[in-house]
Amino acid sequence: MTDFFQFLIAGCTVGSIYALVAIGFSIIFNATRIVNFAQGEFLMIGGMSAVFLSATGMPLWLSAGLAIAITACAGIALEAFAVRFARGSSDLMLIVLTIGAAIALRGLAQTVWDRNYHSLPAFSGSEPIRAFDLSISPQSLWVMGVSVLVVIALHAFFTLTLTGKSMRAVAADRDAALLMGINVNRVMVIAFAMAGALGAIGGVLIAPISLMHFEAGIMLGLKGFAAAILGGLGSFPGAIAGGLILGFGETLSAGYITSSYKDALAFLVIIVVLLVMPNGILGKSSVGRV
Amino acid sequence: MKVALRSLLFLTAIIMASTGVSRAQQDPIRIGSFLSVTGQGAFLGDPSKKVLEHFIEQRNADGGVLGRPIELILYDSRTDAKEAVNFVRRLTTQDGVNLIIGGNTTGESMAVIPFVEQAGIPFISLGGGSVIIDPVKPLVFKTVHTDRISVQSILEHAAATNRSRVAVLSGPGGFDQSCRTNLLDLVGQYKIDLVADEQHGSGDTDMTAQMTNIRRSAPELLIYCGFGAPTSIVAKNHKQLIPELPLYMTVGAASQDFIDGADGAAEGVFVTGSAVMVADHLAEDDPQAAVSTTFVNSYKAAFGAEPSSFAGHAYDALLLALDSIERAGSTDPEAIRTAIESTTGLPGINGIYEMSANDHMGLGPQSLILTRVESGRFVPTN
Repeated sequence: MTDFFQFLIAGCTVGSIYALVAIGFSIIFNATRIVNFAQGEFLMIGGMSAVFLSATGMPLWLSAGLAIAITACAGIALEAFAVRFARGSSDLMLIVLTIGAAIALRGLAQTVWDRNYHSLPAFSGSEPIRAFDLSISPQSLWVMGVSVLVVIALHAFFTLTLTGKSMRAVAADRDAALLMGINVNRVMVIAFAMAGALGAIGGVLIAPISLMHFEAGIMLGLKGFAAAILGGLGSFPGAIAGGLILGFGETLSAGYITSSYKDALAFLVIIVVLLVMPNGILGKSSVGRV
Repeated sequence: MKVALRSLLFLTAIIMASTGVSRAQQDPIRIGSFLSVTGQGAFLGDPSKKVLEHFIEQRNADGGVLGRPIELILYDSRTDAKEAVNFVRRLTTQDGVNLIIGGNTTGESMAVIPFVEQAGIPFISLGGGSVIIDPVKPLVFKTVHTDRISVQSILEHAAATNRSRVAVLSGPGGFDQSCRTNLLDLVGQYKIDLVADEQHGSGDTDMTAQMTNIRRSAPELLIYCGFGAPTSIVAKNHKQLIPELPLYMTVGAASQDFIDGADGAAEGVFVTGSAVMVADHLAEDDPQAAVSTTFVNSYKAAFGAEPSSFAGHAYDALLLALDSIERAGSTDPEAIRTAIESTTGLPGINGIYEMSANDHMGLGPQSLILTRVESGRFVPTN
């Protein structure tokens, strides 16, 4: 039984990161109907910025804050210099555009920084906390705690603030929102900035656990995308559920069945779920009336 | 008469030019290379590239080899076996290289072997897996300790300290799997009980699930077969769950990056490696001391950082290549091949090379040093 809870802790840690990436996918999807495949790269840029800023001797909280700001700017730049000009193109074009942006960002990262692996010091020491035969690294608590805070903050933003409400309005019906005088451009910029900041938070949180390098965003982006699809693209509770299910699925299959095929098993679960529920667990049905 | 003299001079000039005596002196020796400068193996390929470029430039400044300059033709294989094959074909067909140094990963090295054999060009691999030179292929050599030797020296250490319950964790790469296969193959010989055989995937960020399973099987020592970022993650997860279990890693972890990335969790981890890791601990009369110190100092002066042992692999390959070309006295591929194979007593970073027709690495288990991480540095264990 102890082992089971140990697996749950591991699953919850990686699941929280997948959930943060998945929420990033959903924010941009809601505001623009674009699946942004550069979401994993936001995470990498955030992590790498924090690593290199803190290497200059800057305190960790400041370098983390700056890293989040830098990545938000990267998100804004992606919207302003690429996505805005391609508006109205087909979905496929836009997806290819974000894939291209992801490759460009990886190339930029290995030129600006380097190609090595880097670690951030753990926020509150690396001495694991032990209780009831369980062992948990303080950084895992940071990951889970901050993820919960981020989700609460996002919920408040989308339900309580005018900007948040206007973003939801654009998600619900873009044309109607435009007619109601909502500045759709502004909403798109905010969505990309938020997705960038969110990615950076994930990157900074996970850098002490899994190390950062310029290609770290590929796999995490893919897993986050899978989590978003699993939970229903565009749904925040779905993104969280999807992330956690994927995380638990991975660690439980690594723990109980075989560690060689844990990725395969995790993705098999996704395929089965999507066959039964094509819109994801908490996704909206897109059936229209004729 | 005057006309005759002039035409004679003219004729001599033509003959001299056509025999190309003077030109051949200047014709460069071409060393081809394909390295994982980017991609997953970038931490291997990047230092290799620096070493080859820096030391070839230095050698050229000292007059080159056989009175000829050395030209390096280098491609980035992006840690992709398909790219590696493409570049090797270009090196052998278009670039006309005399020798190839490269293949930072075992997978890439294995992929290009049929093509170097087809072209008949000697190839010094920088990969770790023993499959590269076992069975022996006439044209293929390597300078990196095989995973098999790494595993052997760990198991010998286990046997010497009376521990027989061994757990292994391995990654998905070619080196990782070759290391694991060798371990499975060797356990019988050392009367070792393999109690857990766990694996992790590519790009994994957390191996605590595997560690939990390993803990349940109550081993007396844990061997990790892998390289790169996972080595640091494994050290962290090991510290979190089973810090009392001795953890051993192979040459895949033999770099300062491993220690830095583990953020303190590398303390006490045993790593098999080469002299360069412990250069300042070597006795002065050690035959490897001079070459290691020269290398470390020159690298530090040029790049402002300590070289990893991966940089040392490339340095040894270059030493071996230049020494052999010098002894061969020509750039004929067969002559170079024979010269490499007959290398004896060449001190390098990884050991003293004793090549032979049935050993194309030339390093015995004694050339491997078992180190332990103490206060963020590798320290020899004995």
